[in-house]
Amino acid sequence: MVAENLVVCQISPDTLEPMDPTMDTPMDLRYTDAQEAFREEARTWLSAHAPAPHALPSLDTAEGFEAHRAWERTMFADRWSVVSWPEEYGGRGVGILEWLIFEEEYWRAQAPLRVSQNGIFLLAPTLSEFGTDQQKARFLPPMASGEEIWCQGWSEPDAGSDLAGIRSRARRAHSDDGWVLTGQKTWASRGAFAEWCFGLFRTDPEAERHRGLTYFLVEMDSPGVTVRPIPQIDGETGFAELFFEEVFVPDSQVLGGVGRGWNVAMATAGSERGLSLRSPARYSEAATRLVALYAERLALDPERAVLTADAVAQAWIDAEAYRLNTLWTATRVLDGGSVGSEASANKIHWSETDLAIHRAALALLGPAAELHDGGADAPWLDGYLFALAGPIYAGTNEIQRNVVAERMLGLPRG
Amino acid sequence: MHFAFTGQQIEFRDTVRRVLARECTTDDLRAAFAAPTARTARWATLAELGVVGLSVPEAHGGLGLGLLDLVLLLEEAGRVALPEPLMATSALAAPLLGDLEGAGPAGATRVRSWLEEIAAGSITAAVGPPPGCPAPIAGAVGADLLVLTTPGPEDGPEVHVLEAGAAEVTPITSLDPTRRLGAVTWEPTADTRLASGSRAASTILATSDRAAVATAAELLGVTDRMVVMAADYAKERKQFGRPIGAFQAVKHLLAGAKVKLEFARPLVYGAAWALDQGAPDASRSASAAKACASDAAVEAARVSLQVHGAIGYTWESDLHLFLKRAWALSEAWGSAAEHRRRVLGSLLAPA
Ligand SMILES: Cc1cc2nc3c(=O)[nH]c(=O)nc-3n(C[C@H](O)[C@H](O)[C@H](O)COP(=O)(O)OP(=O)(O)OC[C@H]3O[C@@H](n4cnc5c(N)ncnc54)[C@H](O)[C@@H]3O)c2cc1C
Repeated sequence: MVAENLVVCQISPDTLEPMDPTMDTPMDLRYTDAQEAFREEARTWLSAHAPAPHALPSLDTAEGFEAHRAWERTMFADRWSVVSWPEEYGGRGVGILEWLIFEEEYWRAQAPLRVSQNGIFLLAPTLSEFGTDQQKARFLPPMASGEEIWCQGWSEPDAGSDLAGIRSRARRAHSDDGWVLTGQKTWASRGAFAEWCFGLFRTDPEAERHRGLTYFLVEMDSPGVTVRPIPQIDGETGFAELFFEEVFVPDSQVLGGVGRGWNVAMATAGSERGLSLRSPARYSEAATRLVALYAERLALDPERAVLTADAVAQAWIDAEAYRLNTLWTATRVLDGGSVGSEASANKIHWSETDLAIHRAALALLGPAAELHDGGADAPWLDGYLFALAGPIYAGTNEIQRNVVAERMLGLPRG
Repeated sequence: MHFAFTGQQIEFRDTVRRVLARECTTDDLRAAFAAPTARTARWATLAELGVVGLSVPEAHGGLGLGLLDLVLLLEEAGRVALPEPLMATSALAAPLLGDLEGAGPAGATRVRSWLEEIAAGSITAAVGPPPGCPAPIAGAVGADLLVLTTPGPEDGPEVHVLEAGAAEVTPITSLDPTRRLGAVTWEPTADTRLASGSRAASTILATSDRAAVATAAELLGVTDRMVVMAADYAKERKQFGRPIGAFQAVKHLLAGAKVKLEFARPLVYGAAWALDQGAPDASRSASAAKACASDAAVEAARVSLQVHGAIGYTWESDLHLFLKRAWALSEAWGSAAEHRRRVLGSLLAPA
């Protein structure tokens, strides 16, 4: 197991139910001295090593990608890239709370975005749950060091929200030691530069939609893979289209068993929406900057500032609610519980919080909001553009609302 | 760091939930709408269970517990729109009296006997707003004890406690008659004064913060109830040959309300803990909790009415019993906007 914080399991009926009714640990929202010492160690290391905020070129450029990879290597060298992983894979073997503390310090330092996020936050927990020991030993260390960066090959031109409708397929190789992939994937974030891809392919065209899928780990420079970069709304090549033409993948790169791809993918999706992709520190830090921006604008342009006071406060509260909810969920996981359909509620909340924070910031900036001159305020606009994608990726918020309605409220399927 | 209730706290909640499901049905609520009273057989049951005296010191017959132990029970009170004044009596008056025991000329013996009577279920209390925030007082009509504040003379605000009869209470008609709102006319005297100056100021602040969190906890319960009622209705009611809950527009309304509720929850529990601990940012936590709980309740009220259609707009439907409580509590002890302003003020204040 990579780390308890990265495991996503079954639906739990009542999130309030204690895992064990005899449990008598009183509620306590303070970290221990040892955890505070860990925080201090992380803070000290980050302040000595992290590049200044926004110092690296954008990770959606070839140059920026490599700069971000180098930063991953620096972190890995001192075992800060994946703190919650076991030491054998390059981590520190710390728990979920320490991971959250590390994230707080990471965002506080405004350290670079994680170019390895698809691997370390999404694939790794799935690998830990479904991978063989050989697969873990093969893939986790280079993922942790940034040597191998992963992208996610799920969406297709005709299968977005309806993921089970994918058509890319895999047939058994004549050599009988692997599979041959054919088809097209799209919107793969960081796909333009990544070394590896975790993708879903149809291995049994006869089976019912969800049944015939298999989860493959594919090397991007395999013969037959073509990558076409796609510029995103900001003009940078943030994602790519991937074409597979008779691409051979050995059996050792099937994750979780042939025909079990949907189950495995749902574990990844749970990480994407639940605990691991978006740590609360990301929003707490942005909310803190928002309050600072408010204070600054209140002095310069009080009339405009007071119009946004309510929105600024609510955005900060939303981030705080997310932080507390994460601690609630983390406690539950530490007590042996699991994260189920709450991950969908979580995804709706974090994506809307991100939007609320950035919308409030742009409202504060007023006419300066549209400026993109690399000045101190430009990150708010970039952040807003990215926040706008939040309700789309990781399963659109409309789909998550369906999940909340059907699984949390028991409404009939449509 | 352990953000969870204990097994015991959950068990107590379950007991109270079971009892209230039996003793506070919607028929009971209708009866209370018709003839609102402060002390009832249900109140006696709650006192016997230890709920009413939960925060009364053990020496005076209570359980000596904190707000964190009470929030889950207040949530249950909200779930059934409990007509009796549990919040004012148990979450506000009892801890205030406990804090001020021995203070002021009102005398330790009187305070002690009030505390004992609260724990025994023989009196109820109503608590007035902080000075400078005039508002009708919930539960004033029929209350045995009135906890009131004045801006006081030069040396700051004062807290007074009056027994029924010592003040004139004029009933005020409101949407939810079980709130028993009243306007109170009274004369502060040296005899009624329990605290003044900085002692009174800190008591008033603590009481307002507790009121915000306790009201937020009740709102969680009433919000959950409205969402569940609407979801249940959406599973039964058929139109176009299927349950309306199969229509996505209906699903999305309810899902939105559910998400708001679930993210208000940790704020409320966290604020209860912070207040009990006297954490430095406890007041801000209390305001954040009330802001979100108020918004979640108003949204759930709107959504659950919409999902019910015209039947929800009738007196016959039980829904309005909960909508009215939600609307009233969303504005009580500070609206969402007022609490947001307080949150921002605290964030901007130099550390
Ligand atoms: C920034 C970004 C990064 C991404 N990165 C990746 C990646 O790395 N790998 C990857 O595989 N994919 C990635 N995606 C793709 C993402 O997963 C899809 O965009 C998403 O699943 C939605 O699919 P779609 O774009 O085809 O929209 P569609 O499914 O066509 O949906 C369009 C609209 O219709 C709504 N809709 C569709 N079906 C329903 C329904 N049943 N009920 C209600 N409304 C519905 C949707 O909510 C949406 O509003 C990324 C997307 C973005 C924006």
